[in-house]
Amino acid sequence: MLVFILRRLAQSAVVVVAMSVLVFAGIFAIGNPIDVLISPEADEFERAAAIARLGLDKPMHEQFLRFVDSALGGDLGTSFVHGVPALGLVLQRFPATLELALCAMLVAVVLGIPLGLWAGLKPDSLAGRIIMTGSILGFSLPTFWVGMMLIMAFAVTLGWLPAGGRGETASLFGVPWSFLTADGLAHLILPAVNLALFKLSLVIRLARAGTREVALQDYVKFARAKGLAPSRVVGVHILKNIMIPVVTILGLELGSVIAFSVVTETVFAWPGMGKLLIDSILQLDRPVVIAYLLVTVLLFVVINLIVDLVYSLLDPRIRLGGGRA
Amino acid sequence: MTEPLLRVDGLKTHFLTRAGTVKAVDGVSLRLDRGEILGLVGESGSGKSVTGQSILGLVDPPGRVVGGRVLFQGEDLVGAGEKRLRAIRGRRIAMIFQDPMMTLNPVLSIGTQMVEAVQAHEKVGRAEAWERSRRALVRVGIASPDERLAAYPHQFSGGMRQRVAIAIALLHSPDLIIADEPTTALDVTIQAQILFEVQKLCRETGTALIWVTHDLAVVSALADRVAVMYAGRVVETGTVAEIIGNPRHPYTRGLLESVPSRNRRGVPLRSIPGMTPSVLDLPEGCAFHPRCDRSTGACTVMPELSGEREDRAWRCWNPVAAEARGDAA
Repeated sequence: MLVFILRRLAQSAVVVVAMSVLVFAGIFAIGNPIDVLISPEADEFERAAAIARLGLDKPMHEQFLRFVDSALGGDLGTSFVHGVPALGLVLQRFPATLELALCAMLVAVVLGIPLGLWAGLKPDSLAGRIIMTGSILGFSLPTFWVGMMLIMAFAVTLGWLPAGGRGETASLFGVPWSFLTADGLAHLILPAVNLALFKLSLVIRLARAGTREVALQDYVKFARAKGLAPSRVVGVHILKNIMIPVVTILGLELGSVIAFSVVTETVFAWPGMGKLLIDSILQLDRPVVIAYLLVTVLLFVVINLIVDLVYSLLDPRIRLGGGRA
Repeated sequence: MTEPLLRVDGLKTHFLTRAGTVKAVDGVSLRLDRGEILGLVGESGSGKSVTGQSILGLVDPPGRVVGGRVLFQGEDLVGAGEKRLRAIRGRRIAMIFQDPMMTLNPVLSIGTQMVEAVQAHEKVGRAEAWERSRRALVRVGIASPDERLAAYPHQFSGGMRQRVAIAIALLHSPDLIIADEPTTALDVTIQAQILFEVQKLCRETGTALIWVTHDLAVVSALADRVAVMYAGRVVETGTVAEIIGNPRHPYTRGLLESVPSRNRRGVPLRSIPGMTPSVLDLPEGCAFHPRCDRSTGACTVMPELSGEREDRAWRCWNPVAAEARGDAA
């Protein structure tokens, strides 16, 4: 077990290094930030001074080495625009995004698995068909449009829920969270549902496909032949088997939800990392973009590790031994 | 004779598919006394497995029992509510399935799967259920049962898994076990062990057994009586000695002649010409007549089961003459 974790961490380190090179090279290709950063009236001297101050006059590999050097010390550079450490800026926005993403995943799982089970157990029933048709809508409607429709319906027309922002927050572990206050929770509902919609459809489809396959297995019939109640057959024998693919996908998707909640955050003015990223790209604020991408990579790596560990809990056939290469 | 343990009367299980109605079981009648072992024999697709599952109402849609009765100690299980059936499943009638690799849930420990089987029918604590599971494993010859209860199915061999399945079937000392080809997927040596033990356990506990198989050799070693099925119907029934020694239906004779035997060393095996008919398109009358060397014009009408006794009968217009097997046996 320990060997497994250590080896995974080593692999992850390679991923992070490769990623930082790619990110650094990529960010160089998208233009010179200096034109955006200084006022158009600035003269040549001011311009050269700014370039020197930001280290932009050095060749790329030198800039990269400087970046790596300071990154190892936990310093991912200073935001060109805000003049504060980029990492701090990203991390400060991180809880808002994490909260939104986790709530969205929660909605997707809590609704998606029962609906998928139902549709899988009774594929020809009316309810089963409605669930599947609904999941097609969830897949195909664009997120930003659904977001605006939600605002139109629940915020503007009905006036039940607020249209944007985080609302009131309460502090836990020194970090502000919206879900701890009633007002924050009300602000959280619409963006979370919006972000969850696509994942919900995905979970429904996965759970349904798994259920249809597992329900035909001999061990399900054997479980019934033992005289078990349907709730136990479905809730234990079937559910535990379909959770394996669901957990895989959810793990991968949690990363992508966090990384790409950009659209939802923009529509609902949710002050998370995604919104910060969009602003930073527009302003060519390189350190912030890089810090954001590295944080995201680390997040993916950690989530994948957790998924692998959860696997071994779900499926006893998977042994996390380190014996074989 | 007193009321039999199980009496199946004109059972019909049909599958309503898009391609048409598949009459997997079409008017099967069986009877079984307490402690008796019945071999239910037939080729793939003859409806023998579906018969077994129909008795407990375990046929999956689109299959459905559309007619007949299953009288278990006088109670009709066809049309019995799901709740009533659940009380019988596993406690009064247990089942063992064909593929031991597939009958145990891969993600649940053996202990979990045994304890839940105990607790499904009796309000006992986990510790007691565990102890009973342990004893059941010992009974089927599994060493270090505590270790085994904590293990998962993939850590067992095929033969061991089938022993576990048998132990689960025996947990509540049922009146009847329906075993659906439980040794087909096993090595011959393991098969012999399991056969011997199941027979012994059934004799000890007075449990009746329906052994579904395509293997006449297994049946001859195990059963008291045999019912031969073809295309959803019983075509011949009798004691093992009668069926093996003096088959009357040409299909039974064909089956026997296709089994290698020491007595007929050097004589080429005979096979039944043709193939099992498609269940969607059964021939008119006796379903076997296109493959039968004794068929006549009469065979386009379905013959009834008839014979010396209710439990020694055959479904044929031109039965093989008694004691007239033309081989060197």
